[in-house]
Amino acid sequence: METYQLTVNGQQKEVTADPTTPLLWVLREELKMTGTKYGCGIAACGACTVHVGGQAARSCVLPVSLVNGRPIVTIEAMADDPVGRVVQKAWVDKDVVQCGYCQSGQIMSAVALLKSTRKPTDKNIEESMGGNLCRCGTYVRIRQAIKAAAQQIG
Amino acid sequence: MPSLRAGIPAVLLISIASLAASSSRWEGDTFSKARSSDSEGLVAWQQVYSVLTHPRCLNCHTANDYPEQGEDRHRHQFNVLRGPEGSGVPGLTCGTCHQGATSKATGGPNCAECHKGANLDATGIPGGHGWHLAPLSMAWQDRNDKLLSSAQVCRAVTDRTKNDNMGGQELLKHHEEAALVQYAWQPGRRPDGTARTLPPLTHAQFVEATQRWVEAGTPCPQQ
Repeated sequence: METYQLTVNGQQKEVTADPTTPLLWVLREELKMTGTKYGCGIAACGACTVHVGGQAARSCVLPVSLVNGRPIVTIEAMADDPVGRVVQKAWVDKDVVQCGYCQSGQIMSAVALLKSTRKPTDKNIEESMGGNLCRCGTYVRIRQAIKAAAQQIG
Repeated sequence: MPSLRAGIPAVLLISIASLAASSSRWEGDTFSKARSSDSEGLVAWQQVYSVLTHPRCLNCHTANDYPEQGEDRHRHQFNVLRGPEGSGVPGLTCGTCHQGATSKATGGPNCAECHKGANLDATGIPGGHGWHLAPLSMAWQDRNDKLLSSAQVCRAVTDRTKNDNMGGQELLKHHEEAALVQYAWQPGRRPDGTARTLPPLTHAQFVEATQRWVEAGTPCPQQ
């Protein structure tokens, strides 16, 4: 077991874990931040997406030992993020969510896209969101919400 | 240095012998010397080529807008794309899953920090090292995923307009030290727990073959 100093949503956290423990388990089990979801465990579905060092990352395959001081941002911080706040509102306005399980990962990927590409085209959205699966099939509303958020961000 | 030829398949040696007869570097009164040097260089090149065309290398040296994966070099799952800088698209960069270092485009920890723990055997995700695709100019297969010939790959690798302006010594350094090259010999395990295959030479043999090829003047087969 090793002790790690993590920066999660701007706050310093100290955790003790095996170096191979995925960040997702640290977030959910050690820090009790359950907004980030476990889906497949092999980076295949995107439900566990968080931001590490400003980039979308699949926390289920990121060993805590490899975070290397990069700041971690999770869905819990999106309400206080200027882009995240707009995306969340667009999600509500477009009534995107059905069962909701994948949606925290969807929003984290959407925010990563919009922070890099302010006016994403349909193609940009398809490419960037292609790794986030939704078994309810909310893809059409996700696209609408991202476009609405982009318009709001301006 | 271990014996090189001991680890080289007979088929490869036969193809090397046939290639050694045709080089594009004969010059004036140094013909005999050049022929000898080129012959040795071509033998060494063919050994290098045997590594470059292994799936560990080819999967990221594609001619399309996506990487490949697996021993069968199938299209990467999850609609993963090359992106503008060869490291994916926003929200779905190589570093989104291949963890340990962030993408080429965004910088991140140096290779040494991540190298020892780059592969996550628990999930079978290989990673680290600033994962990214080789540029299209360094594609070693065509758009139908058909392997390019030894001569075609050699010409691309030695063309400074395509290879990031690398001469022989830079190519040698790249083969010896680049983290993504070294990854090919430490690829970890697949999601099912079985080991990924390794290139046909050891890394030391690969570097030694590259050195002999460079010392011979980086000759390329004519066809």
